[in-house]
Amino acid sequence: MAKQVEEKTAPPVETITIKIDGKAVEVPKTMPDPMTGKPIPTTMIQACKIAGVEIPHYCYHPKLPVAGNCRMCLVEFGMPAMGRDRKPILNEDGTPQVRKMTLPYEPGTPRGAIACATPIAPGMEIYPNSPATQQMREAVLESLLVNHPLDCPICDQAGECKLQEYSVEHGQATSQFAETKVHKPKQVDLGPRIMLDDERCVLCSRCVRFSRDIAGDDALGFVNRGSYNTLTTFPGKPFDNNYTLNTVDLCPVGALTSKDFRFKMRVWFLKETKSVCTSCATGCNITIGSREEKIYRYEPRENDAVNSSWMCDAGRLNYKWVGDKRRLSAPRKNNRSGISWSQLIEELATHLRAAAPNTTAVIASGRQTTEEFYLLSKLATHLAAETDVPPRKGESDQLLVHADKNPNSNGAKLVGFHKGKQGSKLDAIAGRIKRGQIKHLIVFGEDVTTMGIDEKALSKLELLVASDILPNTTTRKATYLLPGCAHAEKRGSFVNAKSRLQRFLKAVEAPGEAIPESEFLTDLVEQVTGESIPKNPEGLFNKMAGEIKKLSAIRWADLGDLGVDVNS
Amino acid sequence: MIVQRKALSWWERLYIPALLSGFRVTLRHFFKKKVTMQYPEERWVVPEGYRGAPYLVKDQDERTKCVSCQLCEFVCPPKAIKITPPGPTVNHSTGNVEKEPADFEINMLRCIFCGYCQEVCPEEAIFLQKDYSLTGESREEMIYHKDKLLDLGGVHQDGIKKWEKKLKDAEAQGMTS
Amino acid sequence: MELLSETSTLQSILLFGLLKVVLVIAVLMPMISYSVMAERRICAAIQDRIGPNRVGPFGLLQPIADGLKFLLKEDFTPHHVRKVYFWLAPAVSMIPPFLTIAVIPFGSTLGSQNMVIANLNVGILFTFSVVSLGVYGIVLAGYASNSKYPFLGGIRASAQMISYEIAMGMSVVPLFMLVGDLNLGKVIAYQASGAWLIFKQPLAFVIFLVAAFAETNRLPFDLPESETELVSGYHTEYSSMKFALFFLGEYAAMISISALMVTLFLGGWTLPFWGLAAPASSLIGGLIHIGIFLVKLGLFMGLFIWIRWMLPRFRYDQLMDLGWRRFLPLALLNIVVTAAFLWFFQSN
Repeated sequence: MAKQVEEKTAPPVETITIKIDGKAVEVPKTMPDPMTGKPIPTTMIQACKIAGVEIPHYCYHPKLPVAGNCRMCLVEFGMPAMGRDRKPILNEDGTPQVRKMTLPYEPGTPRGAIACATPIAPGMEIYPNSPATQQMREAVLESLLVNHPLDCPICDQAGECKLQEYSVEHGQATSQFAETKVHKPKQVDLGPRIMLDDERCVLCSRCVRFSRDIAGDDALGFVNRGSYNTLTTFPGKPFDNNYTLNTVDLCPVGALTSKDFRFKMRVWFLKETKSVCTSCATGCNITIGSREEKIYRYEPRENDAVNSSWMCDAGRLNYKWVGDKRRLSAPRKNNRSGISWSQLIEELATHLRAAAPNTTAVIASGRQTTEEFYLLSKLATHLAAETDVPPRKGESDQLLVHADKNPNSNGAKLVGFHKGKQGSKLDAIAGRIKRGQIKHLIVFGEDVTTMGIDEKALSKLELLVASDILPNTTTRKATYLLPGCAHAEKRGSFVNAKSRLQRFLKAVEAPGEAIPESEFLTDLVEQVTGESIPKNPEGLFNKMAGEIKKLSAIRWADLGDLGVDVNS
Repeated sequence: MIVQRKALSWWERLYIPALLSGFRVTLRHFFKKKVTMQYPEERWVVPEGYRGAPYLVKDQDERTKCVSCQLCEFVCPPKAIKITPPGPTVNHSTGNVEKEPADFEINMLRCIFCGYCQEVCPEEAIFLQKDYSLTGESREEMIYHKDKLLDLGGVHQDGIKKWEKKLKDAEAQGMTS
Repeated sequence: MELLSETSTLQSILLFGLLKVVLVIAVLMPMISYSVMAERRICAAIQDRIGPNRVGPFGLLQPIADGLKFLLKEDFTPHHVRKVYFWLAPAVSMIPPFLTIAVIPFGSTLGSQNMVIANLNVGILFTFSVVSLGVYGIVLAGYASNSKYPFLGGIRASAQMISYEIAMGMSVVPLFMLVGDLNLGKVIAYQASGAWLIFKQPLAFVIFLVAAFAETNRLPFDLPESETELVSGYHTEYSSMKFALFFLGEYAAMISISALMVTLFLGGWTLPFWGLAAPASSLIGGLIHIGIFLVKLGLFMGLFIWIRWMLPRFRYDQLMDLGWRRFLPLALLNIVVTAAFLWFFQSN
């Protein structure tokens, strides 16, 4: 994938001028192949996209190999006329004469070409809005709708269905089809996460190509012929790789539906928030779909530097903890609620101001944001504290899944919270607590009782401060418990495994009195160190960036939707 | 249009004729038949096409017609409708319709009886019926849930039977789900 | 009776005076609330409706329900008002009508007692001075509310009432020139011995009647509270029982001014036939006289209500024009004519 990026950013060597809808457009002669990255001739659909003209399509997808089987992208086009001497025929004014292509055996009938697979040629003219093109689209849609069940009211795709959209834009209002529709299997259990409705399938084969060429799991295929052509898995082979849910995104109609999202909420109600997946260090860009403070789904968001247009199923389905009923929702003192935030921060600051140097340890999860690590490192420096980020390792694959399951390990390193190997100081901290040398322990987002600091050791502490999202043994033992927010409930930034700084935005409200960690940490750091820190996420980020060499040129607004590489 | 004001005669300017005709008019009405309707003993005949409270209907086979497409929820101007979709669990009792709302709430305090829900419904599952006087003792009581809406809505004599036709066609082709 | 004859004059005046006051108030209060009721039923009939008929038989308990509603409503005092006057105004508007009733003979005699609470020699002057107090409640309300609509209502009320008081006062002068006394009892006696003053002084009656409408703020002269342009005028800011006091005050004023008109123009408790013109000698005769008085009073109340649902509101300049440029000269002319008439006949 990295190779592909390089190819794309390389300047095109040669350009061709063609006419689209009467306007001359200069387009590169070649474009990289989505699979190999090798330059291949630019197609009409790519040229039209560069010209800002949208050609309707089903089977074409810019990240998949071209199949050319849906015929939706048929366009009328013209080529410069050639004389018998292989020289262009000129008009009276000296310009080359362009002839619209027609059927050889039926000269009056326009001959369309599928824009997704037809390379452009010099002097070509494309007519994406001509009556002939529109007629071709109407005909294609009519044939696609012949056996389509038209059960939009019970179809999960309704609202983001290309068949609906194109029918409205390019289709006919009525159907001439009077016969009985062909019925195919419905509610087919394709795999643990996928439900298939074969009647709705338009046979675009995007899912087949994705599974075979991107996920590397050649599980899907078509059987039978003609009207009975049916998508299915190979017999005895379940469709259960870790990328199956991408086929749901790819499916232009409601044939492939996610079992998780199925019949949960109509898509037009979902508020879309740009965010980043937290399930591993890859940091796939996602869109959170939420309604009335409830998250319904994650969808991958295109970012060629990180995840192309895909994400893994495990990460996609890892959102349910955000709306968990057990969420910590109020600040607590000695496991009793009733303390206010301001009072808690004041008491805590008093404790920490009185703490002797070298008697504190800060253990923070690699799931905290960069800004939180920055504030924690200020606190740790002031208290001359030991710091560590516990490691979280897991399986990896060659596509997107990273072995490091902490989304922000590099953020901790970047702001200087913790350098060196993750978890290397945990044993030392445990020992010093047992010996009574460390009297204050600050834990963010981890259960330290699973890391060698058992409950007996915790009871030796004078002060245990815990901030977390869900309850665990550490939060129950904490002197002060500060409920935090999930990434979907706050703004912040992560640094992924490739050192790309990416920001995420707030999708839903935090439960109860929980507030973003950076908010209470700002107050705490201000009260402990006396340093003034901006209260808003942008200001905080900009202050942090100003203090860190690698970020010195970056501002919050520069991060954009796709993030910034901070490796260089 | 400009209406010329007629100059009043001396007699008219005395105001007495106006008074007298006023007495005559009011006296005539005093003894006229009264138009008041003694609600609730006397009820008004609701005309055809009246837009009263929206209720859900069942079809002839006692199936809830609503398929939880949530278009009414979307179109509802005062946001009176709230539908809880069924979720991913497959409910075999709904047959080939696949979907049926887990709950369907109409807040009758919010409803403005505009009829958009009836107009937008692709399944002819919700109709504005003839009830115009809805009462309750609490706000909760005025939020009508699915069962109550179905009870009040009754049966819709559906001539098309779209889903039944689909099922018969599929069975004829050897497809049974 | 023996017990009563033994008591001293002062004691009997105190005792019976108090008794009469209590009785009059006990009769007057229900009269006010039932005149509201009557108004609602009559206006409903004129508008082809039925009117309140749900509370009690024929809706007769409606006033009680209304009273309860007024008591239970939130008594809201806006923060911008002048509190003391705001609270005082409703009471002030209620008092004058009651004071007026005090000097009006509402019957001949019942036993040895004259059916009048205070048999003043200057009854009519007292009446006028008290009636003129009525405007203060309204003006005070308009001022105390400290907002624009009540203020405009108050201004209108003061101008309107002062204007029509003059016409009203002038219109009754000829009456007393004829009677030769200011005591209202004497006025009745004069009418009993001859013809009612409505026949002798029809012009005075018309002026007095119209002025009475203006004085009580009844349509077609209800400009101080005109709902359309002043949003209820002087009582815009009032709610609950305080509003009710204004409302009832209006009806009390109607009753008192009707009583005054009955006394001045319709011969009070007398009827010119069946020997009902002379003071009663029996208890039943006394009661009949009171009944006659009440019937005549009721006729005027009916007229007040009927007119309200018949005529539209006057324009303010029309109101002022009528008061100053029509009625005042006419009343003065009436005085001169009457004086000339008396001078001519008595000198002969």
